[in-house]
Amino acid sequence: MANETRVKRRTEEGKVEHLRSGTCYQPVVDILELPEEIVVQAEVPGAKPEDIDVNFEDGLLTIYAKVEPRQAPDTEFLLREYRVGDYHRTFRVSETIDSSKIAADYTDGVLTLHLPKAEAAKPRKIPVKTGE
Amino acid sequence: MSRGFFGARDPFSHLFREMDRMLSTLRDMTDWPGPAWVERGRPPVNIWEDSEAYFVELEVPGLKADQVELSVAGNELSIKLHWPEPKEEGVTYHRRERRAGDFSRVVQLPGEVQADAVQAELQYGVLKIRVPKAAAAKPRKIVVAAK
Repeated sequence: MANETRVKRRTEEGKVEHLRSGTCYQPVVDILELPEEIVVQAEVPGAKPEDIDVNFEDGLLTIYAKVEPRQAPDTEFLLREYRVGDYHRTFRVSETIDSSKIAADYTDGVLTLHLPKAEAAKPRKIPVKTGE
Repeated sequence: MSRGFFGARDPFSHLFREMDRMLSTLRDMTDWPGPAWVERGRPPVNIWEDSEAYFVELEVPGLKADQVELSVAGNELSIKLHWPEPKEEGVTYHRRERRAGDFSRVVQLPGEVQADAVQAELQYGVLKIRVPKAAAAKPRKIVVAAK
């Protein structure tokens, strides 16, 4: 059919469009795994806590932080070695996560996310019996 | 030594080597390396001024006030930053892009400053330093006398 409309999944990685124009930066992250949880530490310096958005859906973890310019637009820089803009990054999380228990904490420009593993995904020690 | 099927001048072995090299370059490009400045060891700064002071700003996510050391000598501002090493035990890192260790930067400001009146604040991982200009460096308005 010529009139066909194809609807693509909105959450597809790398295909998300932003409402705000301007440069978006990838936050630098550490991702670590502990027996009970996965911890994501993302650096979003300059972001206010109320401007940070974390979303977990269909195994996709999305971090978005809005950052307003800190200087007036007509500021003449004597030296400008970095630029400021929003942060955005998406991860596919393959572990089974208990999404209702995801916790976030924000200190000194670092966003820390605790993704607790679902019961089924936790390592389980299986006792081995010895036949006598 | 591997000579390849066609001997030492094997055109394919050269081709494969070339492909390997290109692939590793591609890997370097696509593998997010973390903050690019770490390789150069120079934390980036933004500097601007108004009529009263110079302002120096750095992004220092994760740092507490006692991990930042500032000093002024003449018109040189020296900045030392210390990111503690993260814990290793019982942890598997899937991504490790954040830096650790000591970094420093010396910034030479274009005019004379009041070293004893420097102020610095740390908020949401952004360090902002205000260095007041010495009287000699401030712009002065000169009144033109009409005759």
